[in-house]
Amino acid sequence: MADAKAHTVIGSSVPRLEDAALLTGQGRYVDDIRLPGMLHAAFVRSPHAHAAIRGIDKSGALALAGVRSVLTLEDLRPWLRNERLVVGLPSPSYRQERNRPALAGTEVVHVGEPVAIVIADDRYLAEDAVARVAVDYEPLPAVADCRAALAPGAAPVHSDAPHNLLAEFAMGYGDVDGAFTAAPHVFRESLWLHRGGGHSIECRGTVAVHDPLEDKLTLWSSTQMPHALLRVLVDMLGRDESRLRVVSPDLGGGFGPKLVSYSEDVVTCLAALVTGRPVKWIEDRREHFISATQERDQYWEVEIAVDADARILGVRGSFIHDHGAYTARGVNLGTNSAETVTLPYEVPAYRMSVRLALTNKVPVTPVRGAGHPQGTFAMERLLDRVARELALDRAEVRRRNLIPAARMPYTKQLKTRGGMQVVLDSGDYPRCQAQACERAGWDGFRARQEAARREGRHIGIGLANFVKGTGRGPFEGVTVRVGPSGRILVYSGATAMGQSTRTMLAQVVAEQLGGDLSNITVTTGDTDGIPLGIGGSNSRQTVTAGSSAHLAARKVRQKAIKVASLLLKASEQDLEIVGGEVRVRGAPDMKIGLGRVAHAVAGTPGYTLPGEVEPGMEATEYFVVDEMAYANGSAVAEVEVDVETGGVRILRYVIAHDCGRILHPAIVDGQIFGGAAHGIGNALYEWMGFDDDAQPVTTNLGEYLLVTATEMPPVEIIHLESPSPLNPLGVKGVGECGVVPAPAAIVSAVEDALAPFGVRLAQAPVSPAQLYALIAGARAGIRAR
Amino acid sequence: MKPPPFSYHDPRTVADAVALLGRVENAKLLAGGQSLMPMLNMRYVQPDHVIDLNGIAGLAGVREAGDALEIGALTRQRDLEFSGLVRRRCPLMHEAILQVGHRQTRNRGTLGGSLCHLDPAAELVAVAAALDATVGVAGPGGRRELPFAAFPAGYMTPALAPDEMVTDVRFPLWPAGHGHAFVEFSRRHGDFAVVSAAALLEADRSGRITRVSLTIGGAGPAPFRARDVERALVGSAGSAPLFHEACESLRSIDATGDVHAPASYRQQLAVTLASRALKKAHSRISA
Amino acid sequence: MAETRKIALTVNGRRHEVEVETRYTLADFLRQQLGLTGTHLGCEQGVCGACTVLLDGQSARSCLMLAVQAHGHEITTVEGLAPSSTGLHPLQEAFRDHYGLQCGFCTPGVLLTLVEFLRDNPDPTEQEVRVALSGNLCRCTGYAGIVAAALDAAKRLQGGARG
Repeated sequence: MADAKAHTVIGSSVPRLEDAALLTGQGRYVDDIRLPGMLHAAFVRSPHAHAAIRGIDKSGALALAGVRSVLTLEDLRPWLRNERLVVGLPSPSYRQERNRPALAGTEVVHVGEPVAIVIADDRYLAEDAVARVAVDYEPLPAVADCRAALAPGAAPVHSDAPHNLLAEFAMGYGDVDGAFTAAPHVFRESLWLHRGGGHSIECRGTVAVHDPLEDKLTLWSSTQMPHALLRVLVDMLGRDESRLRVVSPDLGGGFGPKLVSYSEDVVTCLAALVTGRPVKWIEDRREHFISATQERDQYWEVEIAVDADARILGVRGSFIHDHGAYTARGVNLGTNSAETVTLPYEVPAYRMSVRLALTNKVPVTPVRGAGHPQGTFAMERLLDRVARELALDRAEVRRRNLIPAARMPYTKQLKTRGGMQVVLDSGDYPRCQAQACERAGWDGFRARQEAARREGRHIGIGLANFVKGTGRGPFEGVTVRVGPSGRILVYSGATAMGQSTRTMLAQVVAEQLGGDLSNITVTTGDTDGIPLGIGGSNSRQTVTAGSSAHLAARKVRQKAIKVASLLLKASEQDLEIVGGEVRVRGAPDMKIGLGRVAHAVAGTPGYTLPGEVEPGMEATEYFVVDEMAYANGSAVAEVEVDVETGGVRILRYVIAHDCGRILHPAIVDGQIFGGAAHGIGNALYEWMGFDDDAQPVTTNLGEYLLVTATEMPPVEIIHLESPSPLNPLGVKGVGECGVVPAPAAIVSAVEDALAPFGVRLAQAPVSPAQLYALIAGARAGIRAR
Repeated sequence: MKPPPFSYHDPRTVADAVALLGRVENAKLLAGGQSLMPMLNMRYVQPDHVIDLNGIAGLAGVREAGDALEIGALTRQRDLEFSGLVRRRCPLMHEAILQVGHRQTRNRGTLGGSLCHLDPAAELVAVAAALDATVGVAGPGGRRELPFAAFPAGYMTPALAPDEMVTDVRFPLWPAGHGHAFVEFSRRHGDFAVVSAAALLEADRSGRITRVSLTIGGAGPAPFRARDVERALVGSAGSAPLFHEACESLRSIDATGDVHAPASYRQQLAVTLASRALKKAHSRISA
Repeated sequence: MAETRKIALTVNGRRHEVEVETRYTLADFLRQQLGLTGTHLGCEQGVCGACTVLLDGQSARSCLMLAVQAHGHEITTVEGLAPSSTGLHPLQEAFRDHYGLQCGFCTPGVLLTLVEFLRDNPDPTEQEVRVALSGNLCRCTGYAGIVAAALDAAKRLQGGARG
């Protein structure tokens, strides 16, 4: 039944719970945590991409005043039940296991790999001591390129490995070779896709403290997945979960690299145990470049077969993916990229073969977008190629192939990594594209382009569609509890990293329980708050935790109304919850506070509970959903290229997107704007460079370029809402969606601007120097003819 | 990323600073800190002594002295930016300074610090070369002056003895009505230039160019004065096609290639930006 | 033994006389020694702007200053912006109303940058705001909410709201 205040919470842009503290500098990020007697850690890290460790001499470090301890793997062994972080998501595709050790033992396999931990009175001293730890390295050949890694005779990334193939698999459906043989037109592209690091403004960090009274180890960590980290600690330290607690305090951004459980987390814990003191480790930016995970290179060979009307008959190809030196997450980036290629379109036959190669570089795990931008890019480039070859408008080629709304839900003959059928649950892709194109003035662009060319300016337009699985299951639990104070307490394994998780959960709960967010306390990311959790990734938490919150809050609501009806002697149908009270509709004096209702079911010795209800005003729901909710969108970018410098300016960026039901319009906008910034970075700015010896060469924010306010174009967002039938809220995820189409749309636009030169673009990112070289080459070719 | 240990000194006079430099080894001078502090934090430099110049009075200020501006080495870039004197008499510097870093860095960064750091892509370094500045240096033997062309001894290395410091810089001014332009290509607003071009032009009443200064920054280890192009343009009427043609010879200047851009790209930028700078400067010549 | 110096400075209107290590950065001094953890460290090389404070009213990167250099000066950090424990500075209100923050890590530096900017440029254009923000990196918002908040704050401050 509807309440007076219902429907003003969900769907409206309420003030965020997070802001009061964050705006006044009262946030508590991991580096803000100070404990009495706390020591500070710094790691000795490998300067070599591949080397044997012959010996470690700590004496110089230990001689420094204020240095408490220097620990190597050998020192940690007595405390470790298992020396390696075994975290790889299951898959039959692995050809070898490469799990990270707590600290490197006899071999290092990437620059930045941790070799020892120094613990000192402050970070300054710890860094002084790190410089004095003498590690005797014997350099070994390093593999810097994932293609070279798989070539016959390649040096091994790990010296005991027979080869560098970490995993391989293929996915697809239909008679793809038959489709290609019979096709009137086949076009092939070779693509280089590169993505870089997450680079949240807050780097990683950990504070570990052991309470000897309770023998409990507490870890505050900048992790996106505290429950996963707890399970790693259970596995490696051999303590049971009652003697461990992992808490994510305020996080200064996550974007993927912080979802990984790291050696540094484990070792900082051990340092606290060994020293008997709290230990803090805060990653600095240079460490983030060389030891936090990142995405990197994919090399694609892909072809598309179409009929005379540009209808897709099949897509097939292969790509090699740079996995880095260890498995820090799984093969999921490979599966994501391969899975996403065909999603927006009707593709009768498909095959993609994927090989994941080890390299002597920091491990590769998802960064916002998680492989989907690459798969999207491949498909969108192919469609642009079809349009060019068949002299058709690029939007028209897509229109002819987009899955029509009438065919939803649409079953793709693909399975997700967990074996779920890929079923596109809802969405109107053609309408989405049409709206984006209309807003961007797609049809009138040729005239504008001509006018600009007459002025000597080169402008271009590009379009990209995407579909992305969100809401990865199987669950994210939420407990909703009302205590005698009347305050509503919400606990979830969901983790907040800036995406307004606490506000989202409070909104969903408030919708059921009185509509007053100020009466709700939300605790996320604490393993003591709720026993089971998964955490933030895959744009999953609104779907999973939001739905659990909805169901749990509804249960608590039903109980509150039932108990209140007994206490007020009123009929349940006449009751509403407004603010912190249950009251009779139309008779506002007949009311009872939620606290009193909670008190009534808290139990009094010898007295039965009212209405024979279960004790307490609490519900915990783990809403289980296995199928993914598929969000979609269409992006149109307009750019101007300075052909003498290769400089690109984005004039305008339009994105029409559909993330199902919108719970908070401003927060959704913020996710799209933020995602677009990442995507623009991946199109034009962000390149994580390594040299031929696998040495990272862009290790500071002056050389690795994040977009600033002056590089951002005007971004226009159009919202479509196709509710998902898969969860009670009808929502889909949105956190990564802004990223996914951006590189494809922008590169397409740049190529369009350079059409007079016949420049073809087959990569992202693309830099001004690279563009200039292509333009100069094309000009030379034109002159030569 | 924390600084390594050092002895900190804050002398009150230039003489004290120079004496200190003579007494200690492995010392670094701290002015605005925008270049030295990142290097200290990253431990790219590990000086035993840091000599903080910020307490020395009389090292900052912009003064008109005849046909020149005399600017103290410790003058904040912010003060150059807001100086009416600089804007009126040295518009090239004004245009360049707006492209130096960001408000926060200009609030602290100094003229002397930028020149002594000698980053090849630094805007103020190019401006000093363009204007044929003279650098005033204090040392144990007293004061000496150094033409800016002789100031870079090598990549990011000024021609200074370990016990010398820069105290002031003198910028000869071009007469009122001259044309100026500072044009750079950078990846993002406020970034160091990949390549920059600084152009100064003087013309007579009939519009014939009588004097040219053309400086390319960022291509090689030190700013490059394109004297051949300057000579070629003197006596000409000045036009876009002429500038374009004259600048084409810059394609063969010494240029650095690195992971971010090959040498040929920097050469291309030199050609393009020089031409654009000349065009812009030409349009700004007034009677 | 670490070299130290005695310094005297004012932070958010309060005078401090303390002894600091000479190699300590101003950022670390504020955070560790004074417990003012609102100023954040994102890069320690002067690019991200998260550590921005006001030094005698001018924005500066506190990771690029030694604590000893603050002797005799006035520092304002984000903790010094709000006029009272219950009120907010008009900029903070504007950020709240326009969703100018998400994770909040860059926010203190952005706020102080804008305090200086709006004081010196009370009626800016959007482009001027963007240029003023170009020294502060945000990885969450795409800057849209920040720019909207800044432009709104300009109006609030002009309207007489006490800044």
